[in-house]
Amino acid sequence: MKTQMKRWKQYAALGAAMLVLAPATALAHREAGQAAGFLSGLAHPVSGLDHVVAMIAVGLWGAVLGPPAIWVLPVAFPVVMALGGLMGLLGFPLPGVEIGIAVSAIVLGAMVLAQLRPPLWVAAALVAFFAIFHGHAHGRELPEGTSALLYSLGFVIATGLLHLVGILLGEAHRWSAGRQTVRAAGGGVALAGLFFLWRAVA
Amino acid sequence: MRPAAAPKAIVALSAAVAAPVHAHLVETGFGAFYDGIAHVAVTPADLIVVVALALLAGQRGTRAARYAVFALPVAWLAGGMIGARWPSAAALPLLTTLSFALAGALVALNAKVRDVGVAALAITAGVLHGLVNGATMAPAGAGALALGGAVSAIFFLTAILSAEVTALPVGWPRIVVRVAGSWIAATGLLMLGWLARSAP
Repeated sequence: MKTQMKRWKQYAALGAAMLVLAPATALAHREAGQAAGFLSGLAHPVSGLDHVVAMIAVGLWGAVLGPPAIWVLPVAFPVVMALGGLMGLLGFPLPGVEIGIAVSAIVLGAMVLAQLRPPLWVAAALVAFFAIFHGHAHGRELPEGTSALLYSLGFVIATGLLHLVGILLGEAHRWSAGRQTVRAAGGGVALAGLFFLWRAVA
Repeated sequence: MRPAAAPKAIVALSAAVAAPVHAHLVETGFGAFYDGIAHVAVTPADLIVVVALALLAGQRGTRAARYAVFALPVAWLAGGMIGARWPSAAALPLLTTLSFALAGALVALNAKVRDVGVAALAITAGVLHGLVNGATMAPAGAGALALGGAVSAIFFLTAILSAEVTALPVGWPRIVVRVAGSWIAATGLLMLGWLARSAP
């Protein structure tokens, strides 16, 4: 009897120890991976040079065209880019995405280089057309375990800030020396686009 | 049961018992009211819709802003109370995403929405997000005080932001507001894609 009591006390002690050592209650957060999601989203557009040069070219061209294109183009691009991302996420096929991205850099860079000034709707439509390719390629790469909302927000903000960099650089075209620099930057973007095109078709 | 099997059974049972999963609020240490305030600050979906609606209301003028300042928190409170009472009806990610995407798009387009339209949008968004808040806060043990904190935060945020936007001069400051709206709309579009992709 005594031995049995001792054994049950040991079982009780073991049970208590197991409960104490049990993992703490899991706490479910509705918004998991927030910081990681936002930072991943911010970093993503900057991680691809093809995306970076095209984004900056949009800002450069907007600055060359002046108001209202200076803000219409950077407003149109992220929205249509998100539409491209939505298409990608929904599984809509878009052939030649990498070629489209490369051609966007060539065309936008050439516009800046040649200081072309088409009507606003033409410029907006052109930028929106290329934005589809960028969104389709880049907008659907969510890292595991991160907040989709904050990733998307970071992605869009980073794209907008790249436009802003282009606009600020493009403002140099107000001066004659700056104008040549902006044109040279456009040429550089177009050359980079040619390189990306070669890489895409090779 | 053999005596030697008993310890093994206890170990197996302890390991097999899954601890319950609890959604919880951010704990500020200052009590439920402040936890509710912090909840808004760290819940991007809530914060974004409040910012989008405040921008829209401010963009549309003083009267629309006054409507939104009261309509949004009151609707949020009503939705929160309903969500806390009937939590199963509150899984509305598609509608909550649509609400801020639409508000952002209207800001980006500088759409000439009537004052009543702004109020209607604020009420709809407030009820939707409130439903979700109530449904997630109640199981976490957060009561009316936490919901009150969240609603107070929404009131002050809407009031301050819409007032600032209303007072903005024509020109670049108002363009910045439209750019912010376009970013919110773009984020909403991408979120719709994520929701569609993760749908069963």
